[in-house]
Amino acid sequence: MDAEPGQFIMVWIPGIDEVPMSLSYIGEKIAITVEKVGEATEAMHDMIEGDRIGVRGPYGNGFKIFGEKALFVAGGTGIAPLMPLIRKYEGEKLAVIGARTKDLLIFKDELEKITKLYISTDDGSHGYKGFATDLAEKIFEKEEFDIVYTCGPEIMMKKVLDLCLENGIKMQASLERYMKCGVGICDSCAINGYHVCKDGPVFDDSILAKIDDFGKWKRNEAGKKVRI
Amino acid sequence: MLEVEVAGIKMRNPVMLASGICDLTKESMEKFSSAGAIVTKSVGIEKRAGYKNPVFCETECGILNAIGLSNPGVDEYIKEINEIKIENLIASIFGKDESEFYKVAKKISPYVKAIEMNMSCPHAKKVGMEYPSDEINSAVENVKKTGKPVFVKLGMENILRRAENAIEGGADAIVAINSVKAMKICIDFAEPILGNKIGGYSGKGIKPIGVRCVYEISQNFDLPVIGVGGIMNAEDVIEYMMAGANAVQIGSLIYYEEKPFAKICKNLEEWLDKNGYSSINDIVGIALKK
Ligand SMILES: Cc1cc2nc3c(=O)[nH]c(=O)nc-3n(C[C@H](O)[C@H](O)[C@H](O)COP(=O)(O)OP(=O)(O)OC[C@H]3O[C@@H](n4cnc5c(N)ncnc54)[C@H](O)[C@@H]3O)c2cc1C
Ligand SMILES: Cc1cc2nc3c(=O)[nH]c(=O)nc-3n(C[C@H](O)[C@H](O)[C@H](O)COP(=O)(O)O)c2cc1C
Repeated sequence: MDAEPGQFIMVWIPGIDEVPMSLSYIGEKIAITVEKVGEATEAMHDMIEGDRIGVRGPYGNGFKIFGEKALFVAGGTGIAPLMPLIRKYEGEKLAVIGARTKDLLIFKDELEKITKLYISTDDGSHGYKGFATDLAEKIFEKEEFDIVYTCGPEIMMKKVLDLCLENGIKMQASLERYMKCGVGICDSCAINGYHVCKDGPVFDDSILAKIDDFGKWKRNEAGKKVRI
Repeated sequence: MLEVEVAGIKMRNPVMLASGICDLTKESMEKFSSAGAIVTKSVGIEKRAGYKNPVFCETECGILNAIGLSNPGVDEYIKEINEIKIENLIASIFGKDESEFYKVAKKISPYVKAIEMNMSCPHAKKVGMEYPSDEINSAVENVKKTGKPVFVKLGMENILRRAENAIEGGADAIVAINSVKAMKICIDFAEPILGNKIGGYSGKGIKPIGVRCVYEISQNFDLPVIGVGGIMNAEDVIEYMMAGANAVQIGSLIYYEEKPFAKICKNLEEWLDKNGYSSINDIVGIALKK
């Protein structure tokens, strides 16, 4: 499978569901990193070596490499789609990863080796006590960089966007919406005329600034707008 | 050259967006500015989450879907479309009986130019192709009370009988066809792929079926027909119109080509020019006479 950092696949667990998952490893080893949140992801966690899943994709537009110094801001499993990008990015790399608690910090060891890493936990069990965006704000004060790449809870990404717009720094974010077809026809993952599955999941600051629903509204399975 | 009129609705070209493809949300529909008309996702009285994923898979000559008529329900949907900037918006609706059809139609009719009654979804049981033929008549009669033109969308099964019932009820046009009941099995898992197991087949592979349906309806009845099914280019539009369609709709093509309308219209004009026609209306039904 030939894929770009930031692209996703649709993972079929027969008899259960098919869900979108970003690729966390691209190349010889292809992998996804799954957080258990419901039926499908629990079924994946229960799998053992040799169990099979169905896969279609890769789909969507990934991250575009830009500049010579980048800041990566990730919340929770949001670090997964950023990993192939961080491995590929050749310039100077700073990363902030945030999680609710210490045990949920993933890719920490690898990131310590390949980036200048900052860590936050909501409960203070490791690193800075608070949100990843608070840490990012501090880094904005003392460092300069060409671009910020982010993925995580949408409220967090919205804060990162605002911070970047204020400071005139380019940014790209990977969004999540309820996906059904995954190929841009059912309109389920639509956000202000863009399909997260086909036009995204990665959008840059120029588009995000125009997407009114970003950070505010998403749609449920029936297409009804609900608060984020 | 491409202007057509269907049941009193003037369109600058005969190429419409079919129901269910990129038409659940306001801004997505507004992006198709070159289409002659836009048909909304089918909407019902109450919200429906739709079927479990997978709802989509690709196949040799087209695609399969079993979205399951997911929609937020008519009251919520009105909020979606009440400020929409589209000249010819047509509401696709479904219902389990005539009273449900009427309720949805009455609520949504002030916001649209026409109502398209979906009585043909191949995987939705009674709110789809299993809607009883002998109840079509009264359902259409009811929806006609809204005062808006009423289109009835049918599938390939039993189409002449169902068209006749729709016409008796007062249908202003027939839309044919919906996707064709079909399925795909993954041989590695020995399991149907679609969450609902059975879905609808659309795209290239169903075009000959759609053309046949349009031809037979045009041969047997005197009312406008809107042709749908497997249209991939301007030549396919011409084929449908020669079979008797006054307009056409495009669905699956959007999967392969995001914005096909302007290109198809340009190619239609070129074809008409080259073949000595001054208006697209001149080719409607010309294959019927032979
Ligand atoms: C582009 C994209 C990339 C993603 N990448 C990852 C990843 O790398 N790792 C990871 O752990 N998770 C990822 N997710 C989220 C993942 O798809 C959901 O956690 C998963 O679908 C939950 O399914 P479930 O049956 O376990 O939970 P459910 O109980 O069904 O749902 C739990 C939550 O997951 C969301 N969800 C459920 N089904 C879908 C769907 N079809 N599309 C989108 N969201 C859904 C719902 O919003 C719901 O609130 C990604 C989502 C998107 C859109
Ligand atoms: C993803 C998808 C969703 C659809 N949803 C609806 C729907 O809600 N209502 C309806 O009347 N037809 C629906 N259809 C059928 C199309 O409107 C059309 O009749 C059919 O796909 C054949 O045309 P095509 O080959 O150009 O796609 C859907 C088709 C697809 C592919």
